[in-house]
Amino acid sequence: MKHVDEYRSGELARGIARRIAEDADPARRYAFMEFCGGHTHAISRYGIEDLLPPQVRMIHGPGCPVCVLPMGRLDAAIRLARRADVTLCTYGDMMRVPASGGQSLQRAKAEGADIRMVYSTLDGLRIAAEEPDRQVVFFAIGFETTAPATAQAVLMAERRGLANFSVFCNHVLTPPAIGAIMSGTEVETAVSVPLDGFVGPAHVSTITGWKPFAEVAERFAKPVVIAGFEPLDVMQAVLMLVRQVNDGRAEVENQYVRAVTEQGNARAQDAVSRVFRLRNSFAWRGLGEVPASGLEVSPDFAGFDAERRFGIETLAAADNPACECGAILRGVKKPVECRLFGTACTPETPMGSCMVSSEGACAAHWTYGRFRDRARQAAAHAGA
Amino acid sequence: MPAPEAKAFRRKLDLAKGRVDLSHGAGGRAMVRLIEDVFHAAYASPELAAGNDQAVLALPPGRVVVSTDGYVVSPLFFPGGDIGLLAVNGTINDVAMAGAMPVALTAAFVIEEGFPLADLQRIALSMGAAARAAGIRIVTGDTKVVERGKADGVFITTTGIGVAPDGRSWRGDAARAGDAVILSGSIGDHGVAVMSRRENLSFDTEILSDTAALHGLVAQMAAAAGPSIRLLRDPTRGGLAATLNEIAQQSRVGFRLSEEAIPVRPEVAAACELLGLDPLNVANEGKLVAVVAAEAAGAVLAAMQAHALGREARVIGHATADPDCFVEMETSFGGGRIVDWLAGEQLPRIC
Repeated sequence: MKHVDEYRSGELARGIARRIAEDADPARRYAFMEFCGGHTHAISRYGIEDLLPPQVRMIHGPGCPVCVLPMGRLDAAIRLARRADVTLCTYGDMMRVPASGGQSLQRAKAEGADIRMVYSTLDGLRIAAEEPDRQVVFFAIGFETTAPATAQAVLMAERRGLANFSVFCNHVLTPPAIGAIMSGTEVETAVSVPLDGFVGPAHVSTITGWKPFAEVAERFAKPVVIAGFEPLDVMQAVLMLVRQVNDGRAEVENQYVRAVTEQGNARAQDAVSRVFRLRNSFAWRGLGEVPASGLEVSPDFAGFDAERRFGIETLAAADNPACECGAILRGVKKPVECRLFGTACTPETPMGSCMVSSEGACAAHWTYGRFRDRARQAAAHAGA
Repeated sequence: MPAPEAKAFRRKLDLAKGRVDLSHGAGGRAMVRLIEDVFHAAYASPELAAGNDQAVLALPPGRVVVSTDGYVVSPLFFPGGDIGLLAVNGTINDVAMAGAMPVALTAAFVIEEGFPLADLQRIALSMGAAARAAGIRIVTGDTKVVERGKADGVFITTTGIGVAPDGRSWRGDAARAGDAVILSGSIGDHGVAVMSRRENLSFDTEILSDTAALHGLVAQMAAAAGPSIRLLRDPTRGGLAATLNEIAQQSRVGFRLSEEAIPVRPEVAAACELLGLDPLNVANEGKLVAVVAAEAAGAVLAAMQAHALGREARVIGHATADPDCFVEMETSFGGGRIVDWLAGEQLPRIC
């Protein structure tokens, strides 16, 4: 734990907070988006907002894997799990995400579907080996971080001849999502927020390296600082972003040097490029269709592709019309600006995906930060 | 002694290799055999040995306190304890949190067909030893056997009976703004110890469950400052976070905690880090939270620290006037956050 505690020191945090306050120009506003749910969680869990001066505002981004999965894909997974011959393996985070018609994986499980919560793709392989009569499907979600583990599982299944194993691939890519937020050309993203920079992804960058984000910084002329998921990492990244903005720079900088290199993890990238290929387009919750932003199992491994094996069809499914997850994922709205927040929608009864995962903006704010709303309401009241 | 009948009656249990079958719960001789050889032998309780369907107890003066709890922990044996130890200590603690001295316990077993008799005996012996150590008796019980697959090994339900002095009223709605919150020791040990032995999650750890009977500690606290104690509660399922939120709701107050004051063993912190858990949500089985009048905090704390089970006791925060009943915490990082209930399940079947 020593190695971790060093990145959570309150004393160091106060030091960085002082420097941010000194450097941030009170006459202007700084709006930074932290892309990843891991950053969102750290900001909320450690109360980082309290350490930032008022002119620096953090905007939560779409980097929560379960949040961005469109409902139609989840509906398809539930239909698949209801087949008598299928065992669906999923990460625990997905279990409570609301699907169409009041459904969820948790509810389907209670109604008899064979759904197992697993900690890794290896658990899925083990179940497939132990239960050869079952069709074991791994419900693969996540960004560049989890895609290599799914790719490895497919390669291992091929080596071991586990013909009853397949993956339902929903992996998505980070740089195109940042592009969608910045360009705002899609119908759904017509309203975009003015952003001054990004806290770039941590774990994703260990795989991809920081190079892809240099292109993002250049293309959109916005600074990107790759940062780790510890609270001091986030504080330091904010300081680096403030300085870039002040200097008029728009570069990629790497705060997370202890884990991220320029080129990333070549072996992981190799596994991903062998097993998957780019989809022409993938529909994100909140961002809509984003070209070249998702992965699918390549034809060379067609035998392990659940979409082919079971003829999975994804039907478009509309979110609850009052749910603001889409706008929240784009950074256009804050959780409290959704009228379901804290009333119909709480972590116990989530209406939208952002309220489910601890990395979701709504769940993070509800769980850790909602006491601040009281001060805001009081201030608004006093002002009125 | 009528020899032939007694001999047939005395079909011996194979405690080394035998397994529980449906006849052990069917009300026949096999069941009597099981109860006598396993439970009576382990509990050594005069009420049980009398062979009646109930126990008649003479209680000391005061008010009777009763609590009941079911135990379904998986796995049944874990570092630092087993389901039997939990079933005794856990229910004793529920009685003790009302300021009562526990006197007797009842124990009902639901056993899955095929369960090894050796394991059952090990659990019963563990319960007998725990009851003796706590100075109470297991006075009556029940045994049911269900078909294979209809239970998971063994489920145990225990009911505890104790007596609290007249006039003592420690209740969940008694906390007042300004009261001190004292925690008896480190959090998360039990949950992490159990989890370390889950089949799909095994990891090597030195962490032992903290399961312990707390009535001795409670007696010492009561002797030091009984009238100033508002309430006690043991933070089991849902951890410290759930316990403080429950109290906040019942008493219509808020709490303000200091993260730095809450002791977490480094091994527990490391395991939680790895598994993405918050120690505040992880179960404890040998800890208590006391809400006491601020002026008595020092006396209660000193009494706790003088007891083996309260040596690491700390004041971790105080109650606040808050219509929203928020449990807030100053993080060791320097920011503020809410300490909320856990949504959904973090660790199923932890006790």
